[in-house]
Amino acid sequence: MADDPYKTLGIDKTASAEDIRAAYRKLAKKHHPDLNPGNKAAEEAFKKVAAANDLLSDPEKRARYDRGEIDATGAEREPPRTYRNYAESGRGERYAHAGAGAGFGGGGFADEGFEDLFANIFEQRARGPARGQDARYVLQAAFLDTVNGATSRLTLPDGQTLDVKIPPGTQEGDVLRLRGRGEPGRQGGPAGDALIEIHVTPHRFYRREGQDIFLDLPVSLSEAVLGAKVNVPTPRGPVAMTLKPHADSGTELRLRGRGVPAHGKLPAGDLYVKLRVVIGPTDEKLESFLRTWTQPGFDPRAGMEGAE
Amino acid sequence: MVTLERLRLEIRGLDEGELERWIGASLVRAEGAAGARLFEEIDVARIRLIFELRHELEIEEAALPVVLSLMDQLYDLRRRGAQLNAALADLPADVRQAILRRLG
Repeated sequence: MADDPYKTLGIDKTASAEDIRAAYRKLAKKHHPDLNPGNKAAEEAFKKVAAANDLLSDPEKRARYDRGEIDATGAEREPPRTYRNYAESGRGERYAHAGAGAGFGGGGFADEGFEDLFANIFEQRARGPARGQDARYVLQAAFLDTVNGATSRLTLPDGQTLDVKIPPGTQEGDVLRLRGRGEPGRQGGPAGDALIEIHVTPHRFYRREGQDIFLDLPVSLSEAVLGAKVNVPTPRGPVAMTLKPHADSGTELRLRGRGVPAHGKLPAGDLYVKLRVVIGPTDEKLESFLRTWTQPGFDPRAGMEGAE
Repeated sequence: MVTLERLRLEIRGLDEGELERWIGASLVRAEGAAGARLFEEIDVARIRLIFELRHELEIEEAALPVVLSLMDQLYDLRRRGAQLNAALADLPADVRQAILRRLG
């Protein structure tokens, strides 16, 4: 269980989004690891601050945390590979001050000696076993895979693959942790973890809000007026639904328990089906009928005052 | 190499016009022309850093070159420090001790 994110940011439970942002910025300025290279304490502090901010700055995640549905580790986000990891290795030459210029004219660092460098940079550090770094990946997942749960194969930059088990009910931005699948440890230390951030590909027909799913269902004119039994696609297969007569475009029906399946402490959500009447091909018969048919007093655009 | 599309997935909220300004000001390096940029991993990390400096640490765009120049100098020093450290580690123990004594 990670620390209380409210305490980490030094704010109370009633803090506004603006309070959270201000508290995060203040702490980030102090602890940002790229501004404190080599300072392990700052790095650890920043990780906690960033995780707390990730969780509390997302209203949905914050609400889930406040309700006790997720714990603070749900928001863990390892800063990917921070800039300093590159800058301190040989690859950092790409932005060597003398080379980059950036409007300042080169500094000609290469010719200077080491005389004025601080001695503590050179201190021989004791090197014991250390845990490997966590590796961070992004996985683009199909909508239905995140609703129902699925196993998805992630191809890593080095060509290896990782089978990621996406649990049912996974949401945009959720981070899955695969223990021991990160960078190897040093001198017998344990390997780090793989942190996989889920991005959900939107579905053509379904839209999700929390545990509920919304679907627009086309129905014919006669199905809407006369009523019918229709097959409704749901995330777990089609379901027969009875339309009562005299339905209309915009009529919303609920299929209980047909939304996101139950997971964790959450019960299954519902599937809301909104009817959309589709006229389809018309013929002479319909036209001649409509010419003789009236709806006295009915104005489909009544109540639209103020639309102009 | 990382494409612009993948970059946008990695750094959400990144504005392409803003990124082009950074490239134009030599704060970030990239291969390819505008619209078809390709980035190395270190470029992605640097773009993320600049994005955070700009939008989370509230550093004005005009101040970015100063901040980055100072950071680049700091990392130059640390890189060279690490090289020296590695070179020292290969020296005989008595020489190493003598150097460390001189450094206090």
